[in-house]
Amino acid sequence: MADAALRQSSAPWLLSLPSLLLFVGLLAVPMALTAVLSFHVFEGMRGIQPTFTIANYVQVLTDGYYYELFLRTGLMSLGVTAICVLIGVPETLILAKMRPALQGTFFVVILGPLLISVVVRTLGWQILLGRQGPVNSALLSLGLVEEPVRFLYSMTGVVIVLTHVLLPFMIVAIWSALQKLDGQVAHAARSLGAGPITTFRRVVLPQLMPGILSGAIIVFTLAASAFATPAIIGGRRVKVVTTAIYDEFLTSLNWPLGAAIAIMLLIAIVAVVLGSNRLVELRFKQVFA
Amino acid sequence: MSNKRIDQNGPFALAFHVLLTAFILAPLVVVVVASFSDKDFISMPFDGASLRWYREILDAPELISAFWLSIRLAFASATLAAVVAVPAALAIARHRFVGRDAVMAFLMSPMMIPHVVLGVAFLRFFSIMGWTGSFFAMVLVHALIVVPFSLRLTLAAVIGLERDAENAARSLGASRFVAFRRILLPLIMPGVAGGWVLCFIQSFDEVTMTIFVATPGTTTLPVALYHRIAFLSDPVTTSVSTVMIVGTVVFMFALDRIVGLDKVLIGKK
Repeated sequence: MADAALRQSSAPWLLSLPSLLLFVGLLAVPMALTAVLSFHVFEGMRGIQPTFTIANYVQVLTDGYYYELFLRTGLMSLGVTAICVLIGVPETLILAKMRPALQGTFFVVILGPLLISVVVRTLGWQILLGRQGPVNSALLSLGLVEEPVRFLYSMTGVVIVLTHVLLPFMIVAIWSALQKLDGQVAHAARSLGAGPITTFRRVVLPQLMPGILSGAIIVFTLAASAFATPAIIGGRRVKVVTTAIYDEFLTSLNWPLGAAIAIMLLIAIVAVVLGSNRLVELRFKQVFA
Repeated sequence: MSNKRIDQNGPFALAFHVLLTAFILAPLVVVVVASFSDKDFISMPFDGASLRWYREILDAPELISAFWLSIRLAFASATLAAVVAVPAALAIARHRFVGRDAVMAFLMSPMMIPHVVLGVAFLRFFSIMGWTGSFFAMVLVHALIVVPFSLRLTLAAVIGLERDAENAARSLGASRFVAFRRILLPLIMPGVAGGWVLCFIQSFDEVTMTIFVATPGTTTLPVALYHRIAFLSDPVTTSVSTVMIVGTVVFMFALDRIVGLDKVLIGKK
């Protein structure tokens, strides 16, 4: 009897054991080692020293260069998030109104690129946005600009391409909120005489808000942690946190400083996620109270 | 009647939708079109069409070997991820135990941690362990980062499953393992297989973490492609990319047949 009860209580742990071993050995330990690495002393000539210091963090927190780096990354991610909301909300509503057959097709078209390598998608944009690329040719021939716009190695280009890469996540998040939305309420509002704009602003949008917020959190964090796109489209001119970490590790070989920047990025992202979750909770408490 | 009017998209909405679809597809279309150029540099538009950049792939042994390495890596890590994630999904779905939420959060955490941070951590870990350049070590870390995908799809398959058939098998004398292999596994197979395919794609496409741990001997296709794209304008990148796009579309069809693409992409039950 006792044996059976014991087996019952140990079963979930035995079942999770292989995955937990993998995760402790290859996630918890490497992350802890990285945290330790970030406190090591680095000397240009002799490399990583066995002594400890907080100088790497002091440098990241006080040097204007890193302050600007984090600020630039944050503003870039905020811009991408805002554009994804502005495009994602109307597109999701349009998708919702489509015939089911068309809806399925366009879901594959819009979400399918998620499964295609981000390097491939970024290459496509590198060609499109080139000085003599199709986008500039179109802008010139339409007379919208006098001379080619510099998209490559500019923040504009990075924001355009990141929007393309991350928009599907926003649409998925809004779509799942839309599934819980009661269509009858919008109909009721319309039949009671509310115009389409009032109906959207007062009835539809508040109900979509949880989806928009969770989509915004996902897009923001993925934009802040994107590497290939800012590295290829932004190049050396548009440095962001992730490309700076890459340079510290593989060009300057100052691993302790790179580790300190990486830990700061992780902390910043966790803070944004927890902070916005808390904000959402507070908001909804107000709504229900 | 007025209901019907609300339900349809107006001309502005349709125009918006067409523009957005063009925005989504443009970079993929442009890569495919540019791959048929006969010029020495990536150019759009171009005059003469040719297949020279496809022949060029065959003359680039480092791309061919990177491709096979990516395939082997994706195959091995998707399989390892399924082996550890399926039992974990059963534990989480069917047992109430102290620390259940923590186990779930821990196993899902690779999705929250920026891949750059993971790359840094693995680079440091590999250099301490002397694993630099080891294919086996790459399989372990790729399995780790794709476990959340396998776990999520397997969980969706296990939750909501009736236990009647399994209980019947057990009461008729089948061992736990036989009941699992003959009854439960076939029932959750679509979720497990769908998770495997999704993990394969995620591992095959992964670049940000892999770029830190890849050595000249263990360079994956996306990493090789990244280095060529970031530092020179080499048209062979467009033909390789076209092959990857076609390959992904084939896998998408497979995924659609196994679990339904909507389930994978938008988590529909």
